[in-house]
Amino acid sequence: MTIDHELVRYLEALARIRLSEAERDAVEGDLQSIISYFDQLNALDTEGVEPLSHSFPAANVMREDVVRPSFSNEEILANAPEAQDGCFWVHRAVEG
Amino acid sequence: MPITQYAALPLAQKLHAGELKIADVLDAYYAKIARSEFNCYTSLCKAFAYARAAEVQARLDAGEVRSPLAGVPIAVKDLICTKGIETTCASKMLAGFRPPYDATVIEKINAADLILLGKTNMDEFAMGSTTETSAYGPTKNPHNPAHVPGGSSGGSAAAVAACEAPIALGSDTGGSIRQPAGYCGVVGLKPTYGAVSRYGLIAYASSLDQIGPIARTAEDCAALFNIIKGDDERDGTCGAQTACDAHGARKVSGLRVGVPKEFFGEGLHPEVAAAVLAAKERLTAQGAVATEISLPMVAHAVPTYYIIACAEACSNLSRYDGIKYGHSSANAANLRETYIKSRSEGFGMEVKRRIMLGNFVLSSGYFEAYYKKALQAKRLIQQAYFDAFERCDVILGPVAPTTAPRLNESLSDPLKMYLSDIYTVAVNIAGLPGIALPCGKDAQGLPIGLQLIGRPFEEATLLEVGAALREDSGSVGH
Repeated sequence: MTIDHELVRYLEALARIRLSEAERDAVEGDLQSIISYFDQLNALDTEGVEPLSHSFPAANVMREDVVRPSFSNEEILANAPEAQDGCFWVHRAVEG
Repeated sequence: MPITQYAALPLAQKLHAGELKIADVLDAYYAKIARSEFNCYTSLCKAFAYARAAEVQARLDAGEVRSPLAGVPIAVKDLICTKGIETTCASKMLAGFRPPYDATVIEKINAADLILLGKTNMDEFAMGSTTETSAYGPTKNPHNPAHVPGGSSGGSAAAVAACEAPIALGSDTGGSIRQPAGYCGVVGLKPTYGAVSRYGLIAYASSLDQIGPIARTAEDCAALFNIIKGDDERDGTCGAQTACDAHGARKVSGLRVGVPKEFFGEGLHPEVAAAVLAAKERLTAQGAVATEISLPMVAHAVPTYYIIACAEACSNLSRYDGIKYGHSSANAANLRETYIKSRSEGFGMEVKRRIMLGNFVLSSGYFEAYYKKALQAKRLIQQAYFDAFERCDVILGPVAPTTAPRLNESLSDPLKMYLSDIYTVAVNIAGLPGIALPCGKDAQGLPIGLQLIGRPFEEATLLEVGAALREDSGSVGH
């Protein structure tokens, strides 16, 4: 697997991260060595092996649907970078 | 003996007997921390601690002792949410973040009347093996400040080793409790996946993360583990399976100790190998039976771990969008720029690298070859451990291939840093409990750690064997 600038830019776009040119060069080299190392897993025969997501058998955990108090508006907005009129402030999401 | 030299249980006994007052204990710790050169803490919560101390002291004075560790101060890794107390994950992204709620483990230590001293330094978002990726600067190893304490729970392990806290909480996703405990000469327990609630633990890789204790003795670790373990309706993966409380040293007579030959192969420093094997001899001298076993699957553990961990990290860290909490770029002209600039400014390089690796292994065209393959390898690795536990009760090996590296030697080559996690990551992949115990020092005076791995929910065995193996814990004192 060869990692090039184009793939790094694609991963930046997926990650919503923008690297500087210097960072991009460094990350390209790092990803190349790390992903080449990941490729050693190809030597492992996993034919017919069911993927394991949970370490131990997991089942849906149900509880009674009881109304409980939740956080107040003020508590949740206390950490907001910008709030207005009791709401999170964001840039317009839809042009119009 | 200076107050800060007491391990947690002996300190608790002094407090419960009325021979020491909690406020005096806090004074001693805060004075020690103020003189420290090790940078163990990201923040201290003195006002909170003294207010809590007054409450708890009143209960102790009235003879009300809510737990064996009541009154004991505790340091908590800065990725565990503490209500109203800054919780940063040692990242610029969360500078100033004050959670509106306590993690379950914080509720439990509060109910047990432990006293939060402060929050400890760590690798940013727990991504790293040296505590050098912290936005607060590196923590230094109390045994030699030119060396790293390990990571990611490096602040917690160093604080306990330097007598800047009697006991601490860390978290372990691929070795982040055990490896720094090993490098700092203290005891660190990574519980079975599901033994301790993760509610309020800021997520790195949710299928691998566990909170656990770091202390100067196995008995102290057992006391804290008994307090934090147990099911929690707010964490659906957390069960009540951990049956027995751990107590003191047990007789190791007849205990079958598996020694995987792959743990003692190429890459292991000879001084580390010798110290770990000497500890094995001490166990067999007490009547344990050592058996050589083979775990060839361990060769696949590091790539499997990093694929799964990065995949989960890229999903978990997508919540940092610059809107609800955390860093928000001042230079964003629209919503898309809010996301991109806030994340690019707020995350450090190692976090960016792992998020991008995660996006790679999950992306269309690569998902089957990397992510699905890693989940298949996970099953094979877990099965290999389960098969090994047919022949032995615990598995013994080193915590890390070397003692603590020097500062500034690890980050330039991330792959090399990842490879040093070889002995710890498989335990998280398999969901098993593991403990790091001090077993001597190398020629430079740096601690060497050994690791015991147990069957699911058999923490008590690890803690009791740890107590039986007790030797000088390696605290550096004043």
